[in-house]
Amino acid sequence: MRAVVTVIGKDRTGIIYNVSKILAENDVNIEDISQTVMHDFFTMIMLVDLKQMTVDFSELKASLEAIGETIGMSIRIQHEDLFNAMHTI
Amino acid sequence: MAMFKDVLETVRMIEKERLDIRTITMGISLLDCIDSSGKKSRQKIYDKITRLAENLVKEGERIENELGIPIVNKRISVTPIALIAGSSADLNYVEYAKTLDAAAAAVGVNFIGGFSALVPKGFAKGDRILIDSIPEALATTNNVCSSVNLASSKAGINMDAVKRIGEIIKETAYLTRDADSIGCAKFVAFSNAVEDNPFMAGAFHGVGEGESVLNVGVSGPGVVKRALEKAQDASFGEMAEIIKKTAFKITRAGHLVGTTVAKRLNVPFGILDLSLAPTPEIGDSVARILEEMGLEHCGTHGTTAALAMLNDAVKKGGIMASTSVGGFSGAFIPVSEDEGMIEAVKCGALTFDKLEAMTSVCSVGIDMVAIPGDTPASTISGILADEAAIGMINNKTTGVRLIPVYGKTVGEMAEFGGLLGRAPIMAVNQNDCSVFVNRGGQMPAPIHSFKN
Repeated sequence: MRAVVTVIGKDRTGIIYNVSKILAENDVNIEDISQTVMHDFFTMIMLVDLKQMTVDFSELKASLEAIGETIGMSIRIQHEDLFNAMHTI
Repeated sequence: MAMFKDVLETVRMIEKERLDIRTITMGISLLDCIDSSGKKSRQKIYDKITRLAENLVKEGERIENELGIPIVNKRISVTPIALIAGSSADLNYVEYAKTLDAAAAAVGVNFIGGFSALVPKGFAKGDRILIDSIPEALATTNNVCSSVNLASSKAGINMDAVKRIGEIIKETAYLTRDADSIGCAKFVAFSNAVEDNPFMAGAFHGVGEGESVLNVGVSGPGVVKRALEKAQDASFGEMAEIIKKTAFKITRAGHLVGTTVAKRLNVPFGILDLSLAPTPEIGDSVARILEEMGLEHCGTHGTTAALAMLNDAVKKGGIMASTSVGGFSGAFIPVSEDEGMIEAVKCGALTFDKLEAMTSVCSVGIDMVAIPGDTPASTISGILADEAAIGMINNKTTGVRLIPVYGKTVGEMAEFGGLLGRAPIMAVNQNDCSVFVNRGGQMPAPIHSFKN
Protein backbone atom coordinates (compact mmCIF):
# COMPACT_ATOMS: atom_id res chain seq x y z
CA MET A 1 0.00 0.00 0.00
CA ARG A 2 1.33 3.42 -0.95
CA ALA A 3 0.58 6.90 0.25
CA VAL A 4 1.28 10.46 -0.83
CA VAL A 5 2.93 12.90 1.58
CA THR A 6 2.45 16.58 0.77
CA VAL A 7 4.52 19.23 2.51
CA ILE A 8 3.61 22.85 1.93
CA GLY A 9 4.90 26.02 3.59
CA LYS A 10 7.55 28.70 3.73
CA ASP A 11 10.97 27.43 2.64
CA ARG A 12 13.59 26.78 5.35
CA THR A 13 16.47 24.40 5.98
CA GLY A 14 15.91 20.82 7.09
CA ILE A 15 12.43 20.18 5.70
CA ILE A 16 13.31 17.02 3.80
CA TYR A 17 15.56 15.90 6.69
CA ASN A 18 12.77 16.24 9.25
CA VAL A 19 10.13 14.51 7.17
CA SER A 20 12.32 11.67 5.97
CA LYS A 21 13.59 11.12 9.51
CA ILE A 22 10.05 10.33 10.68
CA LEU A 23 9.49 8.08 7.68
CA ALA A 24 12.76 6.21 8.22
CA GLU A 25 12.08 5.72 11.94
CA ASN A 26 8.83 3.98 11.04
CA ASP A 27 10.25 1.89 8.19
CA VAL A 28 8.37 3.80 5.52
CA ASN A 29 10.24 3.70 2.21
CA ILE A 30 10.35 6.77 -0.03
CA GLU A 31 9.80 5.80 -3.68
CA ASP A 32 9.63 9.18 -5.34
CA ILE A 33 10.10 12.82 -4.41
CA SER A 34 9.20 15.98 -6.34
CA GLN A 35 9.64 19.43 -4.98
CA THR A 36 9.60 23.05 -6.09
CA VAL A 37 10.34 26.35 -4.41
CA MET A 38 8.54 29.40 -5.81
CA HIS A 39 8.91 32.81 -4.15
CA ASP A 40 10.10 31.20 -0.90
CA PHE A 41 7.12 28.86 -0.95
CA PHE A 42 8.12 25.23 -0.62
CA THR A 43 6.00 22.38 -2.02
CA MET A 44 7.05 18.76 -1.81
CA ILE A 45 5.25 15.60 -2.76
CA MET A 46 6.56 12.19 -1.73
CA LEU A 47 5.28 8.82 -2.82
CA VAL A 48 5.92 6.38 0.03
CA ASP A 49 5.52 2.64 0.48
CA LEU A 50 3.83 1.58 3.72
CA LYS A 51 4.29 -2.20 3.36
CA GLN A 52 6.99 -2.47 6.04
CA MET A 53 5.56 0.27 8.23
CA THR A 54 6.00 -0.53 11.92
CA VAL A 55 3.24 1.72 13.26
CA ASP A 56 -0.42 2.28 12.64
CA PHE A 57 -1.35 4.69 9.79
CA SER A 58 -2.96 7.16 12.17
CA GLU A 59 0.17 7.18 14.39
CA LEU A 60 2.36 7.93 11.38
CA LYS A 61 -0.03 10.68 10.37
CA ALA A 62 0.07 12.17 13.87
CA SER A 63 3.89 12.11 13.92
CA LEU A 64 4.08 13.85 10.55
CA GLU A 65 1.56 16.48 11.61
CA ALA A 66 3.49 17.03 14.83
CA ILE A 67 6.79 17.57 13.06
CA GLY A 68 4.95 19.83 10.61
CA GLU A 69 3.85 22.01 13.46
CA THR A 70 7.37 22.12 14.88
CA ILE A 71 8.92 23.27 11.63
CA GLY A 72 5.96 25.44 10.58
CA MET A 73 4.85 23.43 7.55
CA SER A 74 1.56 21.80 6.61
CA ILE A 75 2.18 18.05 6.23
CA ARG A 76 -0.48 15.62 5.02
CA ILE A 77 -0.38 11.92 4.30
CA GLN A 78 -3.13 10.36 2.23
CA HIS A 79 -3.58 7.00 0.56
CA GLU A 80 -2.50 7.04 -3.06
CA ASP A 81 -5.92 5.64 -4.08
CA LEU A 82 -7.64 9.02 -3.74
CA PHE A 83 -5.38 10.72 -6.27
CA ASN A 84 -5.52 7.86 -8.71
CA ALA A 85 -9.31 7.78 -8.49
CA MET A 86 -9.71 11.49 -9.07
CA HIS A 87 -7.15 12.02 -11.79
CA THR A 88 -7.10 8.89 -13.91
CA ILE A 89 -9.87 7.36 -16.00
CA MET B 1 1.26 8.00 -9.33
CA ALA B 2 -0.85 11.01 -10.12
CA MET B 3 1.11 13.98 -11.38
CA PHE B 4 2.49 16.70 -9.14
CA LYS B 5 -0.18 19.23 -10.14
CA ASP B 6 -2.98 16.68 -9.71
CA VAL B 7 -1.90 15.97 -6.14
CA LEU B 8 -1.80 19.66 -5.37
CA GLU B 9 -5.20 20.18 -6.99
CA THR B 10 -6.77 17.54 -4.75
CA VAL B 11 -5.12 18.96 -1.64
CA ARG B 12 -6.33 22.44 -2.56
CA MET B 13 -9.88 21.19 -3.19
CA ILE B 14 -10.00 19.64 0.26
CA GLU B 15 -8.23 22.39 2.18
CA LYS B 16 -9.44 25.53 0.46
CA GLU B 17 -12.59 24.63 -1.48
CA ARG B 18 -14.33 22.46 1.10
CA LEU B 19 -14.40 19.29 -0.96
CA ASP B 20 -15.88 16.62 1.23
CA ILE B 21 -18.05 13.57 1.15
CA ARG B 22 -21.38 14.80 2.44
CA THR B 23 -22.72 11.50 3.71
CA ILE B 24 -22.27 7.78 3.84
CA THR B 25 -25.69 6.32 4.49
CA MET B 26 -26.28 2.69 5.33
CA GLY B 27 -29.61 1.43 4.08
CA ILE B 28 -31.07 -1.33 6.22
CA SER B 29 -34.14 -3.42 5.41
CA LEU B 30 -36.47 -3.88 8.37
CA LEU B 31 -38.89 -6.19 6.55
CA ASP B 32 -37.85 -9.10 8.77
CA CYS B 33 -38.65 -7.01 11.88
CA ILE B 34 -42.40 -7.06 11.24
CA ASP B 35 -44.27 -8.52 14.21
CA SER B 36 -47.87 -8.46 15.42
CA SER B 37 -46.46 -7.24 18.72
CA GLY B 38 -45.23 -3.66 18.41
CA LYS B 39 -42.88 -4.19 21.33
CA LYS B 40 -41.25 -7.25 19.79
CA SER B 41 -41.00 -5.51 16.44
CA ARG B 42 -39.21 -2.54 17.98
CA GLN B 43 -36.77 -4.81 19.78
CA LYS B 44 -35.96 -6.52 16.48
CA ILE B 45 -35.50 -3.13 14.82
CA TYR B 46 -33.13 -1.91 17.52
CA ASP B 47 -31.12 -5.13 17.47
CA LYS B 48 -30.82 -5.22 13.69
CA ILE B 49 -29.75 -1.60 13.28
CA THR B 50 -27.21 -1.72 16.08
CA ARG B 51 -25.79 -5.00 14.76
CA LEU B 52 -25.47 -3.99 11.10
CA ALA B 53 -24.37 -0.41 11.67
CA GLU B 54 -22.14 -1.09 14.65
CA ASN B 55 -18.96 -0.22 12.76
CA LEU B 56 -20.34 2.36 10.32
CA VAL B 57 -19.01 5.40 12.15
CA LYS B 58 -15.70 3.75 13.07
CA GLU B 59 -14.97 2.62 9.50
CA GLY B 60 -16.11 5.96 8.12
CA GLU B 61 -13.69 7.78 10.39
CA ARG B 62 -10.89 5.36 9.53
CA ILE B 63 -11.31 6.03 5.82
CA GLU B 64 -11.52 9.78 6.39
CA ASN B 65 -8.18 9.49 8.13
CA GLU B 66 -6.52 7.34 5.49
CA LEU B 67 -7.72 9.27 2.44
CA GLY B 68 -7.53 12.65 4.12
CA ILE B 69 -10.98 13.68 2.90
CA PRO B 70 -13.73 14.59 5.38
CA ILE B 71 -16.90 12.49 5.52
CA VAL B 72 -19.27 14.98 7.09
CA ASN B 73 -22.14 12.68 8.02
CA LYS B 74 -22.63 9.03 8.77
CA ARG B 75 -26.29 8.09 8.59
CA ILE B 76 -28.79 5.28 8.37
CA SER B 77 -31.92 4.81 6.29
CA VAL B 78 -34.49 2.10 6.97
CA THR B 79 -37.57 0.58 5.34
CA PRO B 80 -40.55 2.96 5.65
CA ILE B 81 -41.87 2.36 9.15
CA ALA B 82 -45.52 2.46 8.00
CA LEU B 83 -44.86 -0.87 6.26
CA ILE B 84 -43.22 -2.40 9.31
CA ALA B 85 -45.56 -1.12 12.02
CA GLY B 86 -48.78 -1.71 10.06
CA SER B 87 -49.10 -5.32 11.20
CA SER B 88 -49.00 -4.39 14.89
CA ALA B 89 -52.09 -3.39 16.80
CA ASP B 90 -50.49 -0.08 17.86
CA LEU B 91 -52.54 3.04 17.25
CA ASN B 92 -49.59 5.43 17.46
CA TYR B 93 -46.08 4.88 16.09
CA VAL B 94 -44.15 7.40 18.18
CA GLU B 95 -42.50 4.51 20.04
CA TYR B 96 -41.08 3.29 16.73
CA ALA B 97 -39.53 6.70 16.20
CA LYS B 98 -38.04 6.56 19.68
CA THR B 99 -36.58 3.14 18.92
CA LEU B 100 -34.95 4.48 15.76
CA ASP B 101 -33.63 7.44 17.75
CA ALA B 102 -32.13 5.16 20.40
CA ALA B 103 -30.54 2.91 17.76
CA ALA B 104 -29.07 5.94 15.98
CA ALA B 105 -27.61 7.23 19.23
CA ALA B 106 -26.19 3.81 20.09
CA VAL B 107 -24.22 3.55 16.84
CA GLY B 108 -23.28 7.25 16.79
CA VAL B 109 -24.94 8.40 13.55
CA ASN B 110 -26.40 11.90 13.41
CA PHE B 111 -29.59 11.11 11.48
CA ILE B 112 -31.74 8.08 10.78
CA GLY B 113 -34.32 8.32 8.01
CA GLY B 114 -37.33 6.18 7.28
CA PHE B 115 -40.12 7.25 9.61
CA SER B 116 -41.96 7.28 6.34
CA ALA B 117 -45.08 6.35 4.42
CA LEU B 118 -45.63 5.88 0.68
CA VAL B 119 -49.12 7.03 -0.24
CA PRO B 120 -49.19 8.28 -3.85
CA LYS B 121 -52.37 6.33 -4.56
CA GLY B 122 -53.98 5.82 -1.18
CA PHE B 123 -53.47 5.04 2.49
CA ALA B 124 -52.97 1.61 3.98
CA LYS B 125 -53.76 1.26 7.69
CA GLY B 126 -50.18 1.80 8.79
CA ASP B 127 -49.80 4.87 6.57
CA ARG B 128 -52.55 6.82 8.31
CA ILE B 129 -51.26 5.99 11.78
CA LEU B 130 -47.72 6.89 10.82
CA ILE B 131 -48.70 10.24 9.31
CA ASP B 132 -50.74 11.12 12.41
CA SER B 133 -47.71 10.24 14.56
CA ILE B 134 -45.26 12.49 12.68
CA PRO B 135 -45.60 15.71 14.73
CA GLU B 136 -45.06 14.02 18.09
CA ALA B 137 -42.37 11.73 16.67
CA LEU B 138 -40.35 14.68 15.38
CA ALA B 139 -40.90 16.68 18.56
CA THR B 140 -39.78 13.91 20.89
CA THR B 141 -36.74 12.57 19.01
CA ASN B 142 -33.46 14.17 18.01
CA ASN B 143 -32.13 12.16 15.11
CA VAL B 144 -35.18 10.76 13.35
CA CYS B 145 -36.13 12.04 9.91
CA SER B 146 -39.50 11.53 8.32
CA SER B 147 -40.87 11.62 4.79
CA VAL B 148 -44.09 10.93 2.94
CA ASN B 149 -44.39 10.22 -0.78
CA LEU B 150 -47.56 11.98 -1.89
CA ALA B 151 -47.46 11.59 -5.62
CA SER B 152 -45.88 9.85 -8.57
CA SER B 153 -45.87 10.14 -12.35
CA LYS B 154 -47.53 6.71 -12.52
CA ALA B 155 -50.22 7.19 -9.87
CA GLY B 156 -50.96 10.91 -9.80
CA ILE B 157 -51.31 12.99 -6.64
CA ASN B 158 -53.06 11.82 -3.50
CA MET B 159 -54.81 15.08 -2.68
CA ASP B 160 -56.18 13.73 0.59
CA ALA B 161 -52.60 13.20 1.68
CA VAL B 162 -51.64 16.66 0.41
CA LYS B 163 -54.34 18.17 2.62
CA ARG B 164 -53.39 16.12 5.67
CA ILE B 165 -49.66 16.80 5.33
CA GLY B 166 -50.34 20.55 5.32
CA GLU B 167 -51.92 20.10 8.74
CA ILE B 168 -49.14 17.78 9.90
CA ILE B 169 -46.49 20.39 9.03
CA LYS B 170 -48.38 23.00 11.04
CA GLU B 171 -48.73 20.67 14.04
CA THR B 172 -45.03 19.82 13.89
CA ALA B 173 -44.16 23.50 13.77
CA TYR B 174 -46.29 24.12 16.86
CA LEU B 175 -44.87 21.21 18.86
CA THR B 176 -41.31 22.38 18.17
CA ARG B 177 -42.11 26.09 18.55
CA ASP B 178 -39.42 26.56 21.19
CA ALA B 179 -36.69 25.88 18.61
CA ASP B 180 -38.00 27.84 15.60
CA SER B 181 -40.20 24.90 14.58
CA ILE B 182 -37.14 22.78 13.81
CA GLY B 183 -39.21 19.59 13.68
CA CYS B 184 -40.33 20.63 10.19
CA ALA B 185 -36.69 20.64 9.04
CA LYS B 186 -36.67 16.88 9.61
CA PHE B 187 -39.64 16.19 7.35
CA VAL B 188 -39.96 16.04 3.55
CA ALA B 189 -43.04 15.52 1.40
CA PHE B 190 -42.14 13.98 -1.97
CA SER B 191 -43.42 13.44 -5.44
CA ASN B 192 -41.63 10.47 -7.08
CA ALA B 193 -39.56 9.70 -3.96
CA VAL B 194 -36.41 7.72 -4.70
CA GLU B 195 -35.71 4.51 -2.83
CA ASP B 196 -31.93 4.83 -2.62
CA ASN B 197 -31.45 8.43 -1.55
CA PRO B 198 -28.61 8.89 0.96
CA PHE B 199 -29.51 12.50 1.83
CA MET B 200 -31.64 13.57 4.77
CA ALA B 201 -34.32 14.35 5.62
CA GLY B 202 -35.82 12.25 2.85
CA ALA B 203 -33.72 9.08 3.02
CA PHE B 204 -35.45 5.74 3.37
CA HIS B 205 -34.52 2.22 2.33
CA GLY B 206 -36.93 1.23 -0.44
CA VAL B 207 -38.66 -2.15 -0.47
CA GLY B 208 -36.97 -2.99 -3.76
CA GLU B 209 -33.55 -2.61 -2.14
CA GLY B 210 -31.43 -5.43 -0.76
CA GLU B 211 -30.93 -6.44 2.85
CA SER B 212 -28.35 -3.77 3.51
CA VAL B 213 -26.40 -1.37 1.28
CA LEU B 214 -24.00 1.50 1.60
CA ASN B 215 -24.97 4.65 -0.33
CA VAL B 216 -22.86 7.75 -0.61
CA GLY B 217 -23.65 11.39 -1.31
CA VAL B 218 -20.97 13.78 -2.53
CA SER B 219 -20.70 17.52 -2.23
CA GLY B 220 -18.38 20.14 -3.68
CA PRO B 221 -20.09 23.41 -4.74
CA GLY B 222 -16.94 25.30 -3.69
CA VAL B 223 -14.82 23.28 -6.10
CA VAL B 224 -17.16 23.96 -9.01
CA LYS B 225 -17.28 27.68 -8.22
CA ARG B 226 -13.48 27.91 -8.05
CA ALA B 227 -13.15 26.11 -11.39
CA LEU B 228 -15.52 28.64 -13.01
CA GLU B 229 -13.70 31.58 -11.39
CA LYS B 230 -10.65 30.64 -13.40
CA ALA B 231 -12.63 30.83 -16.66
CA GLN B 232 -14.10 34.31 -16.67
CA ASP B 233 -14.57 34.56 -20.43
CA ALA B 234 -15.84 31.04 -21.00
CA SER B 235 -18.84 30.46 -23.25
CA PHE B 236 -21.69 28.21 -22.07
CA GLY B 237 -20.20 25.22 -23.82
CA GLU B 238 -16.85 25.82 -22.14
CA MET B 239 -18.48 26.33 -18.75
CA ALA B 240 -20.41 23.08 -19.12
CA GLU B 241 -17.15 21.32 -19.95
CA ILE B 242 -15.43 22.72 -16.85
CA ILE B 243 -18.34 21.67 -14.62
CA LYS B 244 -18.37 18.17 -16.13
CA LYS B 245 -14.66 17.65 -15.50
CA THR B 246 -14.95 18.94 -11.94
CA ALA B 247 -18.00 16.79 -11.24
CA PHE B 248 -16.10 13.78 -12.55
CA LYS B 249 -13.30 14.27 -10.04
CA ILE B 250 -15.65 14.89 -7.13
CA THR B 251 -17.66 11.82 -8.03
CA ARG B 252 -14.59 9.63 -8.28
CA ALA B 253 -13.61 10.60 -4.76
CA GLY B 254 -17.12 9.75 -3.56
CA HIS B 255 -17.11 6.44 -5.40
CA LEU B 256 -13.79 5.48 -3.84
CA VAL B 257 -15.04 6.32 -0.35
CA GLY B 258 -18.35 4.50 -0.89
CA THR B 259 -16.87 1.33 -2.29
CA THR B 260 -14.12 1.24 0.34
CA VAL B 261 -16.49 1.69 3.27
CA ALA B 262 -18.90 -0.88 1.79
CA LYS B 263 -16.09 -3.42 1.42
CA ARG B 264 -14.90 -2.94 4.97
CA LEU B 265 -18.43 -3.23 6.36
CA ASN B 266 -19.02 -6.26 4.17
CA VAL B 267 -22.19 -4.87 2.61
CA PRO B 268 -22.82 -4.19 -1.08
CA PHE B 269 -22.12 -0.71 -2.42
CA GLY B 270 -25.48 0.76 -3.38
CA ILE B 271 -25.40 4.04 -5.26
CA LEU B 272 -23.55 7.27 -5.45
CA ASP B 273 -25.75 10.36 -5.39
CA LEU B 274 -23.89 13.05 -7.28
CA SER B 275 -25.87 15.98 -5.97
CA LEU B 276 -24.08 19.24 -5.32
CA ALA B 277 -25.01 19.71 -1.66
CA PRO B 278 -24.25 23.12 -0.15
CA THR B 279 -23.68 24.07 3.50
CA PRO B 280 -24.21 27.40 5.25
CA GLU B 281 -20.43 27.94 5.30
CA ILE B 282 -18.85 30.58 3.06
CA GLY B 283 -17.43 28.95 -0.06
CA ASP B 284 -19.85 26.00 -0.09
CA SER B 285 -22.79 27.52 -1.93
CA VAL B 286 -24.71 26.50 -5.06
CA ALA B 287 -26.15 30.03 -5.38
CA ARG B 288 -22.63 31.43 -5.68
CA ILE B 289 -21.92 29.11 -8.63
CA LEU B 290 -24.93 30.55 -10.45
CA GLU B 291 -23.72 34.06 -9.64
CA GLU B 292 -20.26 33.16 -10.91
CA MET B 293 -21.87 32.54 -14.30
CA GLY B 294 -22.75 36.23 -14.43
CA LEU B 295 -25.89 36.78 -12.37
CA GLU B 296 -25.83 39.71 -9.97
CA HIS B 297 -27.77 37.70 -7.44
CA CYS B 298 -29.24 34.24 -7.42
CA GLY B 299 -32.95 34.66 -8.21
CA THR B 300 -32.67 37.21 -10.97
CA HIS B 301 -33.76 36.45 -14.54
CA GLY B 302 -31.48 33.81 -15.98
CA THR B 303 -31.23 31.87 -12.73
CA THR B 304 -33.43 28.98 -13.87
CA ALA B 305 -31.39 28.59 -17.06
CA ALA B 306 -28.10 28.75 -15.14
CA LEU B 307 -29.32 26.11 -12.71
CA ALA B 308 -30.54 23.88 -15.52
CA MET B 309 -27.12 23.93 -17.14
CA LEU B 310 -25.30 23.34 -13.86
CA ASN B 311 -27.57 20.45 -12.97
CA ASP B 312 -27.18 18.78 -16.34
CA ALA B 313 -23.41 19.24 -16.51
CA VAL B 314 -22.97 17.79 -13.01
CA LYS B 315 -24.91 14.69 -14.07
CA LYS B 316 -22.96 14.30 -17.30
CA GLY B 317 -19.64 14.58 -15.53
CA GLY B 318 -20.60 12.35 -12.66
CA ILE B 319 -22.34 9.52 -14.48
CA MET B 320 -19.11 8.22 -16.01
CA ALA B 321 -17.25 8.40 -12.73
CA SER B 322 -19.23 5.78 -10.86
CA THR B 323 -20.55 2.35 -11.73
CA SER B 324 -23.76 3.04 -9.87
CA VAL B 325 -25.38 6.45 -9.79
CA GLY B 326 -28.74 6.98 -8.12
CA GLY B 327 -30.59 8.99 -5.51
CA PHE B 328 -31.42 12.55 -6.58
CA SER B 329 -28.22 13.33 -8.46
CA GLY B 330 -28.58 17.02 -9.23
CA ALA B 331 -27.99 20.36 -7.54
CA PHE B 332 -29.66 21.07 -4.22
CA ILE B 333 -31.12 24.50 -3.52
CA PRO B 334 -31.95 24.48 0.20
CA VAL B 335 -32.32 28.08 1.29
CA SER B 336 -31.24 27.82 4.93
CA GLU B 337 -28.28 25.56 4.09
CA ASP B 338 -26.76 27.80 1.44
CA GLU B 339 -25.06 31.06 2.34
CA GLY B 340 -25.64 32.53 -1.13
CA MET B 341 -29.34 31.64 -1.12
CA ILE B 342 -29.78 33.25 2.30
CA GLU B 343 -28.13 36.41 1.02
CA ALA B 344 -30.25 36.40 -2.15
CA VAL B 345 -33.48 36.13 -0.15
CA LYS B 346 -32.37 38.84 2.27
CA CYS B 347 -31.67 41.34 -0.50
CA GLY B 348 -34.98 40.57 -2.21
CA ALA B 349 -33.50 38.97 -5.33
CA LEU B 350 -34.84 35.47 -4.65
CA THR B 351 -38.56 35.04 -4.12
CA PHE B 352 -40.66 32.02 -3.31
CA ASP B 353 -42.10 31.90 -6.82
CA LYS B 354 -38.65 31.96 -8.42
CA LEU B 355 -37.58 29.13 -6.17
CA GLU B 356 -40.55 27.13 -7.37
CA ALA B 357 -39.52 27.73 -10.99
CA MET B 358 -35.97 26.62 -10.15
CA THR B 359 -37.25 23.33 -8.76
CA SER B 360 -38.53 22.35 -12.18
CA VAL B 361 -34.97 22.01 -13.50
CA CYS B 362 -33.02 20.56 -10.58
CA SER B 363 -33.29 18.33 -7.59
CA VAL B 364 -34.94 18.52 -5.15
CA GLY B 365 -37.63 21.12 -4.54
CA ILE B 366 -38.75 23.81 -2.14
CA ASP B 367 -36.13 22.86 0.41
CA MET B 368 -35.50 24.34 3.86
CA VAL B 369 -37.65 27.36 3.23
CA ALA B 370 -38.94 29.23 6.27
CA ILE B 371 -42.36 30.85 5.89
CA PRO B 372 -44.49 32.88 8.33
CA GLY B 373 -45.82 30.88 11.27
CA ASP B 374 -49.37 32.02 10.64
CA THR B 375 -49.47 30.54 7.12
CA PRO B 376 -52.69 28.47 6.94
CA ALA B 377 -52.37 24.68 6.56
CA SER B 378 -54.33 24.94 3.31
CA THR B 379 -51.72 27.29 1.82
CA ILE B 380 -49.00 24.80 2.75
CA SER B 381 -51.05 22.09 1.05
CA GLY B 382 -51.32 24.30 -2.02
CA ILE B 383 -47.53 24.58 -2.12
CA LEU B 384 -47.25 20.80 -1.70
CA ALA B 385 -49.67 20.26 -4.57
CA ASP B 386 -47.75 22.63 -6.87
CA GLU B 387 -44.44 20.91 -6.20
CA ALA B 388 -45.99 17.44 -6.49
CA ALA B 389 -47.39 18.49 -9.88
CA ILE B 390 -43.98 19.70 -11.09
CA GLY B 391 -42.49 16.34 -10.15
CA MET B 392 -45.37 14.32 -11.54
CA ILE B 393 -45.49 16.01 -14.92
CA ASN B 394 -41.71 16.18 -15.39
CA ASN B 395 -41.04 12.60 -14.25
CA LYS B 396 -38.64 13.80 -11.59
CA THR B 397 -38.38 13.87 -7.85
CA THR B 398 -39.54 16.97 -6.08
CA GLY B 399 -39.66 17.45 -2.35
CA VAL B 400 -40.96 20.07 0.00
CA ARG B 401 -39.29 20.88 3.30
CA LEU B 402 -41.12 23.93 4.59
CA ILE B 403 -40.83 25.46 8.02
CA PRO B 404 -43.77 27.65 9.07
CA VAL B 405 -41.84 29.20 11.92
CA TYR B 406 -44.17 29.56 14.86
CA GLY B 407 -44.44 33.14 16.13
CA LYS B 408 -42.24 34.61 13.40
CA THR B 409 -42.99 36.45 10.20
CA VAL B 410 -41.42 37.98 7.08
CA GLY B 411 -38.29 39.98 7.86
CA GLU B 412 -37.23 37.75 10.76
CA MET B 413 -34.70 34.91 10.73
CA ALA B 414 -35.19 31.31 11.81
CA GLU B 415 -32.10 29.80 13.43
CA PHE B 416 -31.70 26.03 13.17
CA GLY B 417 -27.98 25.67 13.77
CA GLY B 418 -25.37 23.30 12.35
CA LEU B 419 -25.85 21.96 8.85
CA LEU B 420 -29.52 23.01 8.86
CA GLY B 421 -28.37 26.62 8.98
CA ARG B 422 -30.50 29.74 9.24
CA ALA B 423 -33.25 31.08 7.05
CA PRO B 424 -34.87 34.44 6.37
CA ILE B 425 -38.64 34.02 6.50
CA MET B 426 -40.05 34.29 2.99
CA ALA B 427 -43.40 35.70 1.99
CA VAL B 428 -45.97 33.35 0.48
CA ASN B 429 -48.99 34.24 -1.61
CA GLN B 430 -51.76 35.53 0.67
CA ASN B 431 -54.68 34.44 -1.49
CA ASP B 432 -56.76 31.55 -0.27
CA CYS B 433 -56.60 28.06 -1.85
CA SER B 434 -58.58 26.17 0.79
CA VAL B 435 -61.53 25.33 -1.45
CA PHE B 436 -59.15 23.75 -3.94
CA VAL B 437 -57.27 21.81 -1.26
CA ASN B 438 -60.46 20.61 0.46
CA ARG B 439 -61.81 18.89 -2.64
CA GLY B 440 -59.86 15.75 -1.78
CA GLY B 441 -59.54 12.58 -3.86
CA GLN B 442 -56.90 11.62 -6.41
CA MET B 443 -55.49 13.90 -9.05
CA PRO B 444 -55.19 11.51 -12.01
CA ALA B 445 -51.82 10.42 -13.37
CA PRO B 446 -50.69 12.44 -16.38
CA ILE B 447 -50.55 11.25 -19.95
CA HIS B 448 -47.08 9.96 -20.80
CA SER B 449 -47.07 10.94 -24.41
CA PHE B 450 -47.74 14.18 -26.35
CA LYS B 451 -45.08 15.92 -24.26
CA ASN B 452 -45.18 19.64 -24.83
